[in-house]
Amino acid sequence: MRTFPAACLAALAVLLWIAPCAAADESGPLRVGSKRFTESYILAEIAAQVAREAGDVPVSHEQGLGGTAVVFRALEEGSIDVYPEYTGTLAEAVLHTAGRRDLASLRSALAARGIAMSDPLGFDNTYALAVSAGLAARRHLATISDLAGAPDLRLGLSPEFLGRSDGFPALAERYGLSTGHVEPMDHGLAYEALSRGSIDVADAYSTDAKIARYGLKVLADDRRFFPSYEAVFLYRAGAARRAPRAIAAIRALSGTIDADEIGRLNAEAEIDGRTFSSIAQEFLRSRDGGAPIGATLRQGRAPLWPGMLSVIRAEGPTHVMLVAIASFLATLVGVPLGIFSRWERRVGRVVIGATSVVQTIPALALLCFFIPLLGTGTRPALLALFVYALLPIVRNTVAGLDAIPSPLRESAIALGLGPWTRLFRIELPLASGTILAGIRTSTVISVGAATLAAFIGAGGFGAPITTGLNLDDTNLILEGAIPAALLALAVEGLFTILDRVLIPRGLRLRPVVAESR
Amino acid sequence: MVILDGVEKRFGGRLVLAPTTLTVGARTSLALLGPSGCGKSTLLRLVLGLLTPDAGSLSVAGVRVTAATATSVRRRIGYVIQEGGLFPHLTARDNVALLARHLGWRPPRVAERLEELAVLVRLEPAMLERYPVELSGGERQRVGIMRALMLDPPLLLLDEPMGALDPMVRARLQEDLKRIFADLEKTVIFVTHSLEEAAFLGDEVVLMRDGRVIQRGTMHDLETAADPFTREFVDVQRGGHAHRAAPGLDA
Repeated sequence: MRTFPAACLAALAVLLWIAPCAAADESGPLRVGSKRFTESYILAEIAAQVAREAGDVPVSHEQGLGGTAVVFRALEEGSIDVYPEYTGTLAEAVLHTAGRRDLASLRSALAARGIAMSDPLGFDNTYALAVSAGLAARRHLATISDLAGAPDLRLGLSPEFLGRSDGFPALAERYGLSTGHVEPMDHGLAYEALSRGSIDVADAYSTDAKIARYGLKVLADDRRFFPSYEAVFLYRAGAARRAPRAIAAIRALSGTIDADEIGRLNAEAEIDGRTFSSIAQEFLRSRDGGAPIGATLRQGRAPLWPGMLSVIRAEGPTHVMLVAIASFLATLVGVPLGIFSRWERRVGRVVIGATSVVQTIPALALLCFFIPLLGTGTRPALLALFVYALLPIVRNTVAGLDAIPSPLRESAIALGLGPWTRLFRIELPLASGTILAGIRTSTVISVGAATLAAFIGAGGFGAPITTGLNLDDTNLILEGAIPAALLALAVEGLFTILDRVLIPRGLRLRPVVAESR
Repeated sequence: MVILDGVEKRFGGRLVLAPTTLTVGARTSLALLGPSGCGKSTLLRLVLGLLTPDAGSLSVAGVRVTAATATSVRRRIGYVIQEGGLFPHLTARDNVALLARHLGWRPPRVAERLEELAVLVRLEPAMLERYPVELSGGERQRVGIMRALMLDPPLLLLDEPMGALDPMVRARLQEDLKRIFADLEKTVIFVTHSLEEAAFLGDEVVLMRDGRVIQRGTMHDLETAADPFTREFVDVQRGGHAHRAAPGLDA
């Protein structure tokens, strides 16, 4: 009986450990962040390598943390120290200062938030609209103006481009485009959809390697709508004090990467399947006048099985840890919550309602929801997985207790057992099958949901999946997806064993037809 | 032993037990008889404090049954329901010993009492190690009776204890129960819808209908009653036809 309050206390303690915000940390390694697309990975990797070479602090690269809002937030609150950004994005999406686009005014607006900005790196990665070359020829499409005459075309646009005030709505107005066939679509998937013909037009970045690969044509911005998106590095002012040589080395990258260069680097990652670190390393070597080491570092797309084994070794422990901790906490909190929900029906309805609402939130949105509170990485991922795992456990606990036949419930009362004894000796054992089934469902869901944790930088089997989506590398996606599926099967197996251990034997026996005695 | 004073119970406005005053003396065996839904099980559940009366009061062995006293009152009552109400996740032994162990009985005392009870209810000791699903209906009922008798309570309440048993098993169990009631000198209230069972086991019979006590007395009183419902009930149970109040039905 004493175990129940003790378990609640333990759960509370662990929650309190997760809860404190990832406080702005002005010591420790220099953390370079990146967004979830190739160019951002490469630029961040280049910055990380020159910073490492500068040698004043250890450097880490937090890859693919998320979209603009997530990564800028991470920089602001100190989860990362440096990341590559674009001036146009900063002006519109981050600072909301539509009128002031010159570097000086951006700098002063950023300085007010404790953030500094390097000089432009030397290329402009602006938005563009792309169509397949075949379609362009058939329909005589050369400029964005030509789209106004083809309102039947289907547009697959990234949610960010659709939502920004200088994005699609303004573009459509300027060019008089039809907005009838517009579909939001993740950037990583749009090219594939374009080449399969399920959409006709997609938004693209002008330096994108895939434009050539998929045989796409960029429509000319004949009315000069798109603003300039010059690449820069943003860094925390505190980081410049803490690692002055590293930041100086990053600032020295200004003006050294032109549009052709970045297009080539992007293609090496996306088409040749080379690692970001080897691309960055080779770029830095050739810039410093050394001979390109090409052949020695060049690696084609890795074969699936060896790649998968290394993913299991590298990401398996993280993934299992995320699922195990989240499910364990969800059980520790969910079962008592279910018991309480049954005792206090009114509270119970609120609890079930709240957990149901949480369940309707897409897992990815839930993950991002906790970023402002907890930063990026493991803590928000654990919290999101924990909240997500609650519903099946609470529901099944309530259902399992409800399903106890009332004669048995009354027998226990009539015997003169107190409420706690009834709960632990009678009701929970009788409901154990249903409760365990809930924990099993919840854990299997967590195995899947945890692959999304990589989107906010928590690692796990989602890490190769996110990268694979960005690089359109099916092998890479499978390297994460197959281990995740295997883990789900292993969880099923584990629970089959747990059922045997935890469900009382009397409940697992089949009734025997005994002769009359 | 049991005193009901104007006890009334409603379920959502529907009267299931009209104000009832009833006294059951010590060491008597009282049969609550009547058709389904007449309020006889409700009466037992009120005595156990499983239901709270809407009016009136009741007491068991001089203790008024309230929310505060319910648990201690229940420990002085043995309660047996159809099929025994055994917990399927516990062996027969654990079912019987549950409360005694909870109250801190030493294992030797528990084992000794179990042995005694197994002899009393004529249950093979090996059956005690089985789970309820592995027992026959009659065996389950005997284990249920053992559980009710474990703490040697002065009062036994049985709610259709033979309801689910086939006739042979039922007859044997009835005989055993009669012997047990007599040997242990318990106060017994049992619910049944069988006149024959009431006559066999009960010193006194209370006939109920629609939440009211129609008649209380010995079997002889019932058989010679003038009340038309009582006569009809007795006739039907005796295997004869219903009392022919309306000659027109003969046609």
